[in-house]
Amino acid sequence: MIPAQFDYLAPTTVEEALAALAQHGDEAKILAGGQSLLPVLRMRLNAPEMVIDLGKITSLRGVRDDGDAIVVGAMTQHSVVGSDPLVAEHAALVSKAVEHLADVQIRHRGTFGGALAHADPAGDLGAPALALGAQFVIQGPGGTRTVPAEEFFVDLFETAIGEDEILTEVRLPKHTGWGAHYEKFVRVAHQWPIVAVAAAVRLEGGTIAEARVGLTNMGNTPVRAHAVEQALVGQPATPDGVRDAAARAAEGTNPPSDLNGDADYRRHLATVLTRRAVLTAAGATG
Amino acid sequence: MTATEARPEAEAPEREIGRERRRKEDQRLITGRTRWTDNIQLPGMLHLAMVRSPFAHARITSIDTTEAKQSPNVVDVVTGQDLAETQGVLINAWPITPDQKTPTHLPVAIDRVAFAGEIVAVVVARSAAEARDAAELVDVEYDELPAALDLKEAAADTVLAHPDLGSNKSAYWVFDSGEAGTGGNVDEAIAQARESGGIVLEREYRQQRLIPAFMEPRSTVVDPTGEQLTVWSATQIPHILRFALAATTGIPESKLRVIAPDVGGGFGGKLQTTPEEWITVALARRTGKPVKYTETRSESLIAAHHGRDQWQKLTLAADREGNVTGLKVELLADLGAYVSLVGGGVPVLGAFMFNAIYKFPAYHFAVQTVLTNKTWTDAYRGAGRPEATFAIERLMDELAAEVGVDPLEIRERNWIKHEEFPFTTVAGLEYDSGNYEAATERAKEMFGYDELRAEQRRRRESGDPVQLGIGVSTFTEMCGLAPSRVLGQLDYGAGGWEHASVRMLATGKVEVVTGASAHGQGHETAFSQIVADRLGVPFEDVEVLHGDTQVAPKGLDTYGSRSLVVGGEALVKASDKVVEKAKTVAAHLLEASADDLDFSGGRFTVRGTDQGVAIQEIATAVFAAHNLPDGMEPSLDSDATFDPVNFNYPHGTHLCAMEIDTETGALHMRKYVCVDDIGNVINPLIVSGQVHGGLVQGIAQALWEEAVYDESGTLVSGSFVDYLLPTSADTISFEVDHTTTPSLTNTLGTKGVGEAGTIASTPAVVNAVVDAVRHLGITDIRMPCTPERVWRAIQDAGSGTEATTGAAAPHFDASTGMEGTVDRTAGAQDGAQQ
Amino acid sequence: MVRINLTVDGARVADDVEPRMLLVHYLREKLGKTGTVVGCDTSNCGACTVHLDGTSVKSCNVLAVQADGGEVTTIEGLAQDGQLHPVQEAFRECHGLQCGYCTPGMIMQSVDLLKDNPNPSEEEIRLGLEGNLCRCTGYHNIVRAVQHAAGAGASQVPGQTEAVQA
Repeated sequence: MIPAQFDYLAPTTVEEALAALAQHGDEAKILAGGQSLLPVLRMRLNAPEMVIDLGKITSLRGVRDDGDAIVVGAMTQHSVVGSDPLVAEHAALVSKAVEHLADVQIRHRGTFGGALAHADPAGDLGAPALALGAQFVIQGPGGTRTVPAEEFFVDLFETAIGEDEILTEVRLPKHTGWGAHYEKFVRVAHQWPIVAVAAAVRLEGGTIAEARVGLTNMGNTPVRAHAVEQALVGQPATPDGVRDAAARAAEGTNPPSDLNGDADYRRHLATVLTRRAVLTAAGATG
Repeated sequence: MTATEARPEAEAPEREIGRERRRKEDQRLITGRTRWTDNIQLPGMLHLAMVRSPFAHARITSIDTTEAKQSPNVVDVVTGQDLAETQGVLINAWPITPDQKTPTHLPVAIDRVAFAGEIVAVVVARSAAEARDAAELVDVEYDELPAALDLKEAAADTVLAHPDLGSNKSAYWVFDSGEAGTGGNVDEAIAQARESGGIVLEREYRQQRLIPAFMEPRSTVVDPTGEQLTVWSATQIPHILRFALAATTGIPESKLRVIAPDVGGGFGGKLQTTPEEWITVALARRTGKPVKYTETRSESLIAAHHGRDQWQKLTLAADREGNVTGLKVELLADLGAYVSLVGGGVPVLGAFMFNAIYKFPAYHFAVQTVLTNKTWTDAYRGAGRPEATFAIERLMDELAAEVGVDPLEIRERNWIKHEEFPFTTVAGLEYDSGNYEAATERAKEMFGYDELRAEQRRRRESGDPVQLGIGVSTFTEMCGLAPSRVLGQLDYGAGGWEHASVRMLATGKVEVVTGASAHGQGHETAFSQIVADRLGVPFEDVEVLHGDTQVAPKGLDTYGSRSLVVGGEALVKASDKVVEKAKTVAAHLLEASADDLDFSGGRFTVRGTDQGVAIQEIATAVFAAHNLPDGMEPSLDSDATFDPVNFNYPHGTHLCAMEIDTETGALHMRKYVCVDDIGNVINPLIVSGQVHGGLVQGIAQALWEEAVYDESGTLVSGSFVDYLLPTSADTISFEVDHTTTPSLTNTLGTKGVGEAGTIASTPAVVNAVVDAVRHLGITDIRMPCTPERVWRAIQDAGSGTEATTGAAAPHFDASTGMEGTVDRTAGAQDGAQQ
Repeated sequence: MVRINLTVDGARVADDVEPRMLLVHYLREKLGKTGTVVGCDTSNCGACTVHLDGTSVKSCNVLAVQADGGEVTTIEGLAQDGQLHPVQEAFRECHGLQCGYCTPGMIMQSVDLLKDNPNPSEEEIRLGLEGNLCRCTGYHNIVRAVQHAAGAGASQVPGQTEAVQA
């Protein structure tokens, strides 16, 4: 319950944080909202010598409109993202996913960037970020680079962020006017999803013109369901129209087996939840 | 002191019993002015951290404490060897057979550990953080031994949990109605059913392992300064703890003071004498300083005792109409690594309840208790009776399906009719009162039973992806533990009486001392109501004291729905003695004959006159003692120790509607109605709270909770991430009502309520789940009924009875050290094929 | 050791703390705010819920140093001038507690919930409290208590600090 000893720095600028990271290297751990890191430290599953707290870097907080994208600062709390009108209007899929992420208290502390950098495949933000084609802005000693979502998630708890780098913001390409839904399957409310599906669709008339579908906890990283997306195009937004496309949701996935379900059950769930997510996103029911 | 005029009738205190009094306890609890054990800080206090075995079964080959001892602010690091002479031993109070195999249970293991989580060394330091730091530095070497983990395999002695005992079979306990003379021979009944074309149902049910998961982690503080050793502990049983400490450590009982301050829930989980308590006592004595130990939640889940964990093999014989002719029960019960305080007594408590509310002519019960290398098991809310109720209520639904009638119809054919009370059951208990017809009728009406059955038919006929199931549970239980004579016959090590004192203070206030120590039940309120009525004093003037062996020196504590029906009765008797003493004084003061006095509303009045005196005035007069009857002792204070002559038998009808999403297996509770008969109610508000909480614990067994071990004996569901307690968002509002047939075994006519909801709800939910999909060929789904099990049952058109895969998801960063046990490779090949 | 300054239940406090000290331990051990309790080590149970700068947080999941400069309200700071907060009153009135261990966290989260949503539906209440475990009440009367408090205008009487009103 009590973490091992560590030293602590709370820089006020990204540059200071990068300098601290450069100095302490792999003995340091970045503290964002801390909602996953602190349990790890308390249970002494890890004992970093240095904790670098980004909480005082105000430039990393906030949501802004930047032309074709909504930009979310890495240290913006989930509750802020969840109630942000820009996100709701232009990246509704993220709003939907945040709505039921963890619980209220954790949404007050946990941060958008922290959760994505943590890269738990059962985390609720990876699939929507992937589905919307988010761009991850990463700052390091050599400057700033932007990594597309497909390259950001590398493996279980592993991202493209280097040891000497910090995720500073996430750019969410605008999907204005798209319908969106995040369909989450849990046994009890405070669980990580057993499987969840993030779906956004653009309708023309009653027909699906474009679709974006991301899967949560169906592999070691969030998974983009390209086959589903392609098969949805041109289909009517009806249960029958969506069913065959959704049935392809588990293609190429590699879900885990654990207490809450075996891999084959998760594959099955993915297909059902995809159908429901797409239909709800399209404003239909099914 | 002069007698006063009688007050007008309107001023007489309102009857307290039956009122929805808000709880006296709440003011401190809602403002944070509480005294949990962990809040206690004493000068010079030292803190403990435990070093626990990661292995389920291993020989300890060496323990090196050198580095830990050099860690900052460490006072001592001790092993079992260091404490060998002083640590005492943990006892089993209920050896259920004379030849029971009972492994020695030392607080700190010396040579060998028998479950993952067993304590092998203890660090004492000036702060809890520093104690934990040093505990990481204790270097323990183990030789891992094969572990007995699976209950059925352990029962076959394939691997021994304790090699020196020669067998894992601890005790075999049998009740047979033929031999006891309470009924016929069950094998004959089964044979006859087979021969005559009757019905023989054979089923095997799994009672999964549960964790009580009280919200307050256990904590113990021991202060060795002063003449008495003072022990604060988050326990349900301060009196039993004091006795057991004295009996096993050599400390005279009179030198021990045990205090259970505010205790944050128990549910049986704090009905234990624990290694941690013994260790804290030993180290306080060793260091001469106050010592505190507070467990973490992770420690609590692996080391505090677990509950349930049985295999139930059941054979039920009936005629073609579904009249049951015999029931045979063969249980395997997992004790875990040690025989705990109640231990094998838990399934034995269930032995008398498998026949439930029914008139079975023949009954046989046998339990084999089995030692394994897992956390020990003991009482968890209901203790034996939920297991029994689940089995029989599931069976009655199966019988109804076999006969082809409504589940309520099959119950009615078999239950004891209200005019048949008192009724001696095939298990030998005398049920004093009850009315199953009335409770069932009321429950059906509230539930809208017929309408929901019609909706169920519609959904089935239309092939709705969401199917509706209706589950029935008509339960009874024996509660109010317990008549001491019965406990003696069952070889339990103590009695079942309870003690109370009522003290009239000089100011007219009343102190009530009870030996039943509460941990959330609301004793301070309910007991105040009883005494207020009995003595005719204001509710606010009654102070209930408990939980400190120097304040409440006699008692047997709180469990088994006993506080009201046993402890409350002791209060009634003590209060009545106060009134009797006061009456003598009243007669003296009023210059009347005691025979001419009436006592009502707190006043003694001379019959036929307006002369009277209030009991408070008498209390003041007795305090002054200026003018008492000749030879009278100047005290009204009275004690009573009540030993019940019988249990009491609450019952009820619970109806549950579950919706099952056949596409995913997801389960949604639509409605839950219960009508319980718990006799006369002291405080309806407290009773409803007990019912709601009990329901959710029982529902949680049906749907969510399970302690899962992996193949090496590690508890996989070892945190609240994986041991799934339901939240407010997972549960619904309940519809609760009561019918009343007063108990005849106590003055107030009350029956226990603490365990009722838990006992009844589990089978109601599972029956509803199975009922929703029975038309798909499904006859059983194993608990917890997870969406995956339901979905698989539908896929296979059979039973969803596979065991839970022993793996936890690694939700915390692997690079930070938490690897988890999830199999993230198993799906790879299948996935590639698609 | 790191120097921290913060306001707790209206009082300004300053201490040198180890960076590893959790906010809940700081409150309990340094300030004697033992009304706030610890129920788990994975941030599931919510028993330690307090308000930090006006919103509910799990104080076992915040380092004391992270709260530097902040304003904390615990269960002990909720009542004002001897008057219970309407949510406290409602928990007693509706028997929304039994053993009382989860209660401080449950009440603090309920206050937060009503601040954001003065007239929540039953479903909104149930979702709003999903981060707080209770083992005694089955949640039934806790939900009633929040409904009762909403009816009594609990959201009109926020805690004592400006931050809570923000």
